[in-house]
Amino acid sequence: MTLERLPPHAPAIERDHAHQLLRQMLLIRRFEERTEERYAAGKIRGFLHVYIGEEAIAVGAMRSLTDDDAIVATYREHGHALARGVPAGALMAEMFGKANGCSRGRGGSMHMFDASRRFYGGHAIVAGGIPFAVGLALADKMQGQSRVTACFFGDGAVAEGEFHESMNLAALWKLPVLFMCENNQYAISTPLATSHSEPDLHLKARAYRLPSEAVDGMDVCAVETAVARAAASVRRGDGPYFLEFRTYRFRGHSMGDPQRYRAKEEVAQWEKRDPIVQFIDRLAREGLVTDVEIAAMERDVANEVAWSVEEAEQGPWEPVEDLEKDVYTPTDG
Amino acid sequence: MGEFVLPKLGADMSRGRLVEWVKKPGERVARGEVIAVIETDKANVEVEAYDSGTLEKILVAPGSEWLPVGTPLAVIGGEEVQSAPAPEVPRAPPTLPVSAPRDSPPAPAPRAPARAPEAPRPPVRPREAPRAAPAPRAAEGARLHVSPAARRRAQALGVDIATVRGSGPDGRIVLEDVEAAARGASLAAPVPAADKRTRMREAIAAAMARSKREIPHYYLATTIDLGRALAWLASYNAARPVTERMLYGVLLLKAVALALRQVPELNGFWIEGHAQVSEAVHLGVAISLRGGGLVAPALHDADKLALPELMTRLQDLVTRARASSLRSSEMTDATITVTSLGERGVEAVYGVIYPPQVALVGFGKVVTRPWAVDGAVRPREVVTATLSGDHRASDGHRGGIFLDALDRLLQEPENL
Amino acid sequence: MAKLTYREAVRAAMREAMAADPRVFLMGEDVGLHGGAFAVSMGLFEEFGPERIRDTPLMESTFVGAGIGAAVGGMRPIVEVMTINFSLLALDQIVNTAAALRHMSGGQLSVPLVVRMASGGGRGLAAQHSHSLEGWYAHVPGIKVATPATVADAKGLLLAALADPDPVLVFEHATLYPMEGEDADDTPMTLGRAAVRRAGDDVTIIAYGGSLPKALAAADALAAEEIAAEVLDLRTLRPLDVEAIVASVAKTHHAVVVDEMWRTGSFAGEIAAIIMERAFDELDAPVARVASAEVPMPYSKPLEDAALPSAEKIVAAARRLFS
Repeated sequence: MTLERLPPHAPAIERDHAHQLLRQMLLIRRFEERTEERYAAGKIRGFLHVYIGEEAIAVGAMRSLTDDDAIVATYREHGHALARGVPAGALMAEMFGKANGCSRGRGGSMHMFDASRRFYGGHAIVAGGIPFAVGLALADKMQGQSRVTACFFGDGAVAEGEFHESMNLAALWKLPVLFMCENNQYAISTPLATSHSEPDLHLKARAYRLPSEAVDGMDVCAVETAVARAAASVRRGDGPYFLEFRTYRFRGHSMGDPQRYRAKEEVAQWEKRDPIVQFIDRLAREGLVTDVEIAAMERDVANEVAWSVEEAEQGPWEPVEDLEKDVYTPTDG
Repeated sequence: MGEFVLPKLGADMSRGRLVEWVKKPGERVARGEVIAVIETDKANVEVEAYDSGTLEKILVAPGSEWLPVGTPLAVIGGEEVQSAPAPEVPRAPPTLPVSAPRDSPPAPAPRAPARAPEAPRPPVRPREAPRAAPAPRAAEGARLHVSPAARRRAQALGVDIATVRGSGPDGRIVLEDVEAAARGASLAAPVPAADKRTRMREAIAAAMARSKREIPHYYLATTIDLGRALAWLASYNAARPVTERMLYGVLLLKAVALALRQVPELNGFWIEGHAQVSEAVHLGVAISLRGGGLVAPALHDADKLALPELMTRLQDLVTRARASSLRSSEMTDATITVTSLGERGVEAVYGVIYPPQVALVGFGKVVTRPWAVDGAVRPREVVTATLSGDHRASDGHRGGIFLDALDRLLQEPENL
Repeated sequence: MAKLTYREAVRAAMREAMAADPRVFLMGEDVGLHGGAFAVSMGLFEEFGPERIRDTPLMESTFVGAGIGAAVGGMRPIVEVMTINFSLLALDQIVNTAAALRHMSGGQLSVPLVVRMASGGGRGLAAQHSHSLEGWYAHVPGIKVATPATVADAKGLLLAALADPDPVLVFEHATLYPMEGEDADDTPMTLGRAAVRRAGDDVTIIAYGGSLPKALAAADALAAEEIAAEVLDLRTLRPLDVEAIVASVAKTHHAVVVDEMWRTGSFAGEIAAIIMERAFDELDAPVARVASAEVPMPYSKPLEDAALPSAEKIVAAARRLFS
């Protein structure tokens, strides 16, 4: 789906804008619920990392970026891809391993790509996508492009050397990168306090002289506003910017995670801050949405998800003869 | 109404054990509610229902054996799905839409099953009965050490590897040893000339005995008018210094090579029960050696060589054959043998095929005979060409076509 | 044809590429005013300036990763990694991103990146600057591996790498930098073609990179013993010119593979396996390997010499095939 872009710093939320944000969050939620189900049924293989609970970040962030900006994400990227406008059918088909998937069935859940939308994956080495994003930004700067490379990663990545190297290089060379840390409190099972001597992650960026902020990642409006501000700074040529979104994943790290590392009460506490529920509450309070509208939106989203499954089911398998295709770029000779 | 099956809860999960039912039969189950506890190889996991309804029947009791993923564990039935994990958010049933949603791509047309059924596998071939005799071994029971290249060359040359002495590291039989054995001379141990001749005789004996033992020969003969060919040759030679003159034998060789293109089954080998037609035409030219014996080294790609080039190669080959300096490829590559005993006064040659080749072409001496030309009898120079064919690889009919082609080619010497 | 050194040939290729294509730039440690640890980029900073000759901090993983991103973003980066041992810090980016990106994106993204690094022993640099690990990289589908052994190839293969749409690693054997030789002509080179550097009928010596001069010296010595050695220079390990290997072995029936990698798991083992698979019936003797001793590279000269392949070792291995 396509969205009209609102100017950043929208003072108060408008009805259409709000509905679009809500619908996107609902689409991600329902889409991923369906992937869990299809995973259990054996239709989706490998690892499946869902974004449930964190939807506000991708939806709010994409809203403040332009089509020209580049996105680099992680293996928990279904939400980012959907918010970027990659069709749900192409994503579901990818997870089914079909040739009509967005990576022709070669990437799966962890490696979603859509070059036409400047959606550059889908990186499953923690922090591995960060230097890549720095390079995209370097190319933009050298070519005189005023666009932003938005790089998403988790709190786990902040412990990796490549994170620190990349902060340093991007700051030294004043590259147009917007670093966006989705701090969901756990690196698989390892809580923040066990990984980080400084658990206030955005402070680390300060050591590299990046402007940085911590943002409520459960509030889609807060995310949208912060990203608009940060992206404007990057686009102006003021160098990289760091945003830390405080969030929580409601599900395990991946399917089958017994979650022995956290208490159910803790999960329940965070679920009270469900970004979708919170947003609906706010909109209802402000009279911007009705139950009937929400029900219609749910029906619409359910249709889109059902169709994505249909496309995935009906999609062809890539012929085995093409196994070694796309390892190298075909040349004329 | 649906089955609740043992779900796949991770990439490496193939089985699970039912530990506990959290819901009891008759209880309502909402989608997203924990319904059972499953033991995987990693941990006990609380499993949520994917459908809402009533837990109608439990199929697997707690404390079960390991079960494969997909095993039905319970039946959930009753009314359609209504509740959702976040009850504050009403949720519509995920039914297929009547029309495509706004931004979705057009509905894919229904297709045949996406994956074509696998092609039927060929039936498993029954294993061949064990061979009666084990692989050849040296007399003492130790395994013969033979290089792969030497083993293959020995097979091609019809050399019994057990009779070859190895000169390579650790006594390995190497290529040179086999070639030496085929030539009847061992490079490893230089032997007196008389012994060399004896060895060559033995090698010829082995090959010819094998030929007559294994190859069902057929023989065909035809007499060919060489008048035009010899006249053309005379005028060709008249214009050239002695060193560039050609022998008529070169015309015969080229004609044989070109005729083989029309009957390719005569050009090649019979190996392990199968004919192997050779694309290249390498003529083995039988050369008798001074002091006795015979070799038939290959003139490579004779069909592609111009006559003067063929002449040069032939001279070189004869010289080197008599100086015992043939190359190994020349010793083994011939795809057919051509022999001419005309110089010895023989009128027709019925030769023995050199295995694993499948044909031999013979020429007798050129004689002047009364010959009918354009309705009148004239003296003409003619030659008798013969074909010895391996009846496993070709038939007399095809052999006849070959001799006919040979005749026609020799009537147009300027095109050779 | 003009004479120049291997080092100058690499520099000439970079200069030529940068002059012809504004997308080409060089980045790495000390490549700027310093001119590179091996003086390969000397003078380029003055010529092209700090935008295109970029000194990076010490962060192999990130500057290689940034090279990948810049390549996808439309540039033609040359990344210099000071030595092959340091490239291990960038192994993740090379294997998990550069090599995989095209395939795992279903063919949407190509990575026209060139990574250059110095490799090999023989210079008294001991166990953290001297190794030959190019076969590890050649193991990985999605990248290409060039190992120029001559001055002409130092230039021509680097230009071919820069013209290639996929990531190419170029291993410059550091003992070759001062070697003089003929410049390349203007014919573009193709990755994946081996070259017969000396013809012979009796044994094929297969070598690449820093082992080529040793193989040629060995062939000279063998000629005195009436063993005519053919020397085949692989030039690139991936794509590998399998047909050239098979053709030469089919002619000589004997093969010695020279490789500066450690013997166990060396690229020479791969070559030997290919010969066995593709030319078994041509073999008149087992394939011989001359590789490095199973030891981290020692510092002392006698020990380092003993650890590395040499012309004498190649001659001895060839001789053993015949007697």
